[in-house]
Amino acid sequence: MAGAEATPAVSFQEVSRRFGDVRAVDNVTFDIADGEFFSMLGPSGSGKTTCLRLIAGFEQPSSGHIKVHGVNVEGVPPYERDVNTVFQDYALFPHMSVGENVEYGLMIRKVPKAERRQRSEEMLKLVKLDGMYARKPSQLSGGQRQRVALARALINRPRVLLLDEPLGALDLKLRESMQNELKAIQRQVGITFVYVTHDQGEALSMSDRLAVFNHGRIEQIGSPSEVYDHPASQFVAGFVGQTNLLDGYLAQRLGGFPGMYAIRPERIRILTPDAEVPMGVATIDGRVDTITYLGATSRVEINVEEGRLTVIEQNLEGGTAVAERRPGANVRLIIERRHIQPVSESQ
Amino acid sequence: MVTLDARSEPERVNTAAALPLKSSPLQRLSSALYLRPALLTFLLLTPPLLWLGVIYLGSLFTLLAHSFFGLDEFSGVMVREFTVATWAEFFGNPATWDVVTRSALMAISVTLAAALIAFPIAHYMVRYAGMRMKAVLYLGVMLPLWSSYLVRVYAWKLILAKEGIVSWFAALLHLDWLLDAVLETPVVGGPSLSTSYLGTFIVFTYIWLPFMILPVVAALERVPGSVIEASGDLGAKPGQTFRKVIFPLAFPGVVAGSIFTFSLTLGDYIIPSIIGKSVPFLGETVYRLQGTAGNIPMAAAFTVVPIVIMGIYLTLAKRLGAFDAL
Repeated sequence: MAGAEATPAVSFQEVSRRFGDVRAVDNVTFDIADGEFFSMLGPSGSGKTTCLRLIAGFEQPSSGHIKVHGVNVEGVPPYERDVNTVFQDYALFPHMSVGENVEYGLMIRKVPKAERRQRSEEMLKLVKLDGMYARKPSQLSGGQRQRVALARALINRPRVLLLDEPLGALDLKLRESMQNELKAIQRQVGITFVYVTHDQGEALSMSDRLAVFNHGRIEQIGSPSEVYDHPASQFVAGFVGQTNLLDGYLAQRLGGFPGMYAIRPERIRILTPDAEVPMGVATIDGRVDTITYLGATSRVEINVEEGRLTVIEQNLEGGTAVAERRPGANVRLIIERRHIQPVSESQ
Repeated sequence: MVTLDARSEPERVNTAAALPLKSSPLQRLSSALYLRPALLTFLLLTPPLLWLGVIYLGSLFTLLAHSFFGLDEFSGVMVREFTVATWAEFFGNPATWDVVTRSALMAISVTLAAALIAFPIAHYMVRYAGMRMKAVLYLGVMLPLWSSYLVRVYAWKLILAKEGIVSWFAALLHLDWLLDAVLETPVVGGPSLSTSYLGTFIVFTYIWLPFMILPVVAALERVPGSVIEASGDLGAKPGQTFRKVIFPLAFPGVVAGSIFTFSLTLGDYIIPSIIGKSVPFLGETVYRLQGTAGNIPMAAAFTVVPIVIMGIYLTLAKRLGAFDAL
């Protein structure tokens, strides 16, 4: 990652964007380092897309300052910004061929035809669409259109590439392979990627760092493991991965102080009720309620003294469940203390 | 699970068997039609297709056939015998070409003017107008279509007349010299606006303008906002975005609108007879030939002209993708 003194690729300082009475982005401050794969994660309407549009220049902030590579971009229209966008619906020009789409930015900047052609062929090769130059976008599949949109943005060698849920319209298999490809392309070209998604799995697997948005604010910024293992708030704990949220007496007994705690379901181990408990772990006794078979894992719902805990177990044994995993069986749960995360309450 | 399945199986059979037993003849008919969609389509389409085939195409071919009949030299009565005399006269008469060229030039000018006026209005309606403004504009475009065509044409006669609203207003602004200069222009000018080609052109453009605006609006509505943003994102200034993206994508709409303005101008026989130089246009000529002149074969020959012109025009329009925008 870039050093502390390096100019960030994108910098938000107390930025707000209001639409009428709605605060789409509410006093947000953060930096994106040069060359970083940065994700903005959140539910729809959380302000992540508006932030992206603020960087692109399609929206202007109601207050606050945005800098791109140290330059204040207030009042700078999109066509004068050194950033490019991959749109959610790809936004390819339907009346142009794939090649003309990719070359569009170069054509606007009056790059000579021969160079244009050569660079677009290179770009199409990068996104594995060689030989598609003369096709029309309507003749391509969803995944291929997505690649054209990517090539069309990358050919301009922007300093920051903005991606607005680019994989949202693709089916699961294609999405997974595109995730790997996007990550590989980002490493290859070394451009800062700002990636908007509502898919927490995508954000965790691709990002160097991610920001979790809720109600126009950022709840947490950090590396995927920081955000997953140490969620700052109730919202983050619930939105990024599955979690057990505890408050009240049980929470106080496990955490040591009153407050709200989050425990990841895969961090809880199920033992027999009379099992010996290792040192330094919290224990809860309970009774198995339901078991849901998920293939690689099973989800076990367990009734405990003050509610219910979800446990995810790897199906290491395979075949029929072990005796103590039957519904109605008494079990003892153990949790290492470091996996009991205090979280702040969200609105 | 097992018990539930065993119980539901016979029930399902029962209900399935009970349905047709209880049905009335009407229900039987409806299920028979449901099961034979081809028969239903046939029954629904036969009456309108018969109407189109007999009344429309039939009369068109009768018309065509009439142009191959001749007139008796002395009595002026139509002779129902095959002859190419009418067509020979049609092609041989220089007045024919006068009428055809005049009508075609008028139709082309009206179409170009309508496109030039309609595009900015349509673009404003689609991209910039708010909900309320858009409704007002839609109403403004549609409203004239709901009032009488004749009333509007006569209203224009008053507006354009020698002592009409335009000349009064020009005098008020001390611009009468400008109006006079316009009227003195050769060919398009005349003694007054209401008796010049310019007047005919103005009224034609006004009357057919909605038929240009609406298809262009429809075409512009179909250009996604993200495509326009993408163009700006890739460095294109608004003017470049308009030329490279918005206009090419809306062009089929312009062509679709031009089909209306062109064909309606080509065939109209009322406007040129009320406003203009009292020189014959195509529609008017047909009207006169079949009415006062009683020359049905020649009227038929003249009717074939706009059909041929429109045939060529539609073929070109189809190549330009106009029918995707209708």
